[in-house]
Amino acid sequence: MVTLTAPETAAPEAAAPAESDGGAAPTVVDLADASVRSLNQALHDAVDGQSWTITSPGGKHSLAVGISARVAVTIEGHTGYYAAGMHQKGDVTINGNAGVGLAENIISGRVHVTGDASQSAAATGHGGLVVIDGNAGARCGISMKGVDIVVGGNIGHMSAFMAQAGRLVVCGDAGDALGDSIYEARIYVKGTVASLGADCIEKPLREEHLAELAELLEAAGRTDNPADFKRYGSARNLYHFHVDNSSAY
Amino acid sequence: MTVTSLPAPAQAPAAAPAQNLAASDIAALGLRESATFDRATIADIQRAAATGVYDIRGWGAKRKVPHFDDLLFLGASMSRYPLEGYREKCDTDVVLGDRHASRPLHLQTPVTIAGMSFGALSANAKEALGRGASEVGTSTTTGDGGMTPEERGQSKHLVYQYLPSRYGMNPDDLRKADAIEIVLGQGAKPGGGGMLLGQKITERVAGMRTLPVGIDQRSASRHPDWTGPDDLEIKIGELREITDWKTPIYVKIGASRPYYDTALAVKSGADVVVVDGMQGGTAATQQVFIENVGIPTLAAIPQAVQALQELGVHRKVQLIVSGGIRTGADVAKAMALGADAVAIGTAALIALGDNDPRYAAEYADLGSAAGFYDDFQDGRDPAGITTQDPELASRLDPVAAGRRLANYLRVLTMEAQTIARACGKSHLHNLEPEDLVALTIEASAMARVPLAGTSWIPGVQGSF
Repeated sequence: MVTLTAPETAAPEAAAPAESDGGAAPTVVDLADASVRSLNQALHDAVDGQSWTITSPGGKHSLAVGISARVAVTIEGHTGYYAAGMHQKGDVTINGNAGVGLAENIISGRVHVTGDASQSAAATGHGGLVVIDGNAGARCGISMKGVDIVVGGNIGHMSAFMAQAGRLVVCGDAGDALGDSIYEARIYVKGTVASLGADCIEKPLREEHLAELAELLEAAGRTDNPADFKRYGSARNLYHFHVDNSSAY
Repeated sequence: MTVTSLPAPAQAPAAAPAQNLAASDIAALGLRESATFDRATIADIQRAAATGVYDIRGWGAKRKVPHFDDLLFLGASMSRYPLEGYREKCDTDVVLGDRHASRPLHLQTPVTIAGMSFGALSANAKEALGRGASEVGTSTTTGDGGMTPEERGQSKHLVYQYLPSRYGMNPDDLRKADAIEIVLGQGAKPGGGGMLLGQKITERVAGMRTLPVGIDQRSASRHPDWTGPDDLEIKIGELREITDWKTPIYVKIGASRPYYDTALAVKSGADVVVVDGMQGGTAATQQVFIENVGIPTLAAIPQAVQALQELGVHRKVQLIVSGGIRTGADVAKAMALGADAVAIGTAALIALGDNDPRYAAEYADLGSAAGFYDDFQDGRDPAGITTQDPELASRLDPVAAGRRLANYLRVLTMEAQTIARACGKSHLHNLEPEDLVALTIEASAMARVPLAGTSWIPGVQGSF
């Protein structure tokens, strides 16, 4: 175990792992001692192939945000707001629950939560894969722009609000107003949908959808049968202002 | 607004049909115009009845509100002495964002360029803004649509807006930015989200925003992953972590409750607070919103300054004021009331070439006139600024337009210096409320400076 010191008092390289080749043991950072700042600085200075284990996260905010290298990070415990925010390229696993805004605005790479995620999980994500084994709260995938999200359990209300692109897969149930004002994102739900939001409709599950769903489920390490899902997307009635649509708002 | 029939004479004199009579003719005929139902109002009702949708337009509030015109400076004489007008030094530089960021901005003039998106504006217009601002050592700002390489390349100091839509938002651009501006609202529409109509959602704009080409884009008005000041504090912490605490973080609010909003922005950890008054411009918003929501810039500044002073952070957390800044006098007045810098949007577009009389015939074809054109949402701007049409956009030479903007920014700065020297100030930041008086009771009450020739400030105890 290494203890990271504050960046003001130590050069960044002091925090870098001594062994950075693929087979090296992960660098362990215990947040009971190290600051969030020193952890994130070290991760920003990391190079491809490094791996890290974070212990005692204690629900702290902004853990492992802004990763831009192909590193593997495992967080042993619960995280606060914005864990793995604006993530690129790397692979982050949270063995616990995640707070608000998990992997918000993710660009690429993968973020995996073994427990539940709070609201706004993967909000505005532009790409990459976010896997939540448990449930996700309200606004899961809000304003998503290309991210793929697979949720093992249920999702809360207003999920995929204004979802622009990407795929949201829900193996449990969806809350109220699913996909309200959705653009071109595709939503797959295995369980029930409490209600659909404005301009979101059920759509036929064709071969290409079964195929992409199978890929997403496999990528998330799940064994659900794609044929058990229903697909939802935009009716595209609200893409242009029209007086006859005013009651939809 | 687009006038399709019965244009109000105040809106479109160049296209005025026969029924638009001169005031003298109206009087001669014994006609009486209703103050409540004036011709513009009647035209609005007729337009609403014909179309069934609200009117959308650009620009800011056009109604008359108390403004900087209602303030005057007290030049120096016997009791104060002036600086030599053309010779003695009067500095204009400003440092923004040194509260927490390790790389604050150091600008040569306090006049900055406000956020305007590529999408709302053409790529040439954005480039021209960057060129003009860079030439005089000030900053320009992205908008609701991400950062273009042209804009980054031409802007020495570029502020990257962080908006509810997060269109094009990515950590690489975030780290390229010289400052980050978290946008909670704008003066033209506090509480409203962005809007870009289908005419302007071209392939490139749609690609940057991940939207289908040609749709009417209606951005969200709340951020998707935080609500309220406690969350914002955590959000600011995240952005600082991603940028390794290097980049200044601004919080921009539309002026509605600036005393509370400024205090909460400071509490949330902002380096800079941007307050945009109701005269601030927009590329596309419902007219009813522009004209009826928010408070004038003049009323907003003292409230924001009071909040900063009570928290002991005035001049430490910098205040940027925007909304209706047109002249160096406006710059000086905003700064005398306590702003550290100002931002211009509408005036910058005019400097680039917006509403240029040489396009009079084309404005008339659009049902408008040079000096009145505000249909920025339509994308048919004859001046090539608020458009994505390649032919129209090519009319704006970014080098020449950038030079015009630089000229204008220099004039604003020199005008402000002229006034500051006359008030005996060796730096624009030394201007103070004591240098000002108000012409009207309303302006006196809002700006909290005495009515000219009196020691009376309405609402301030003991001001008699």
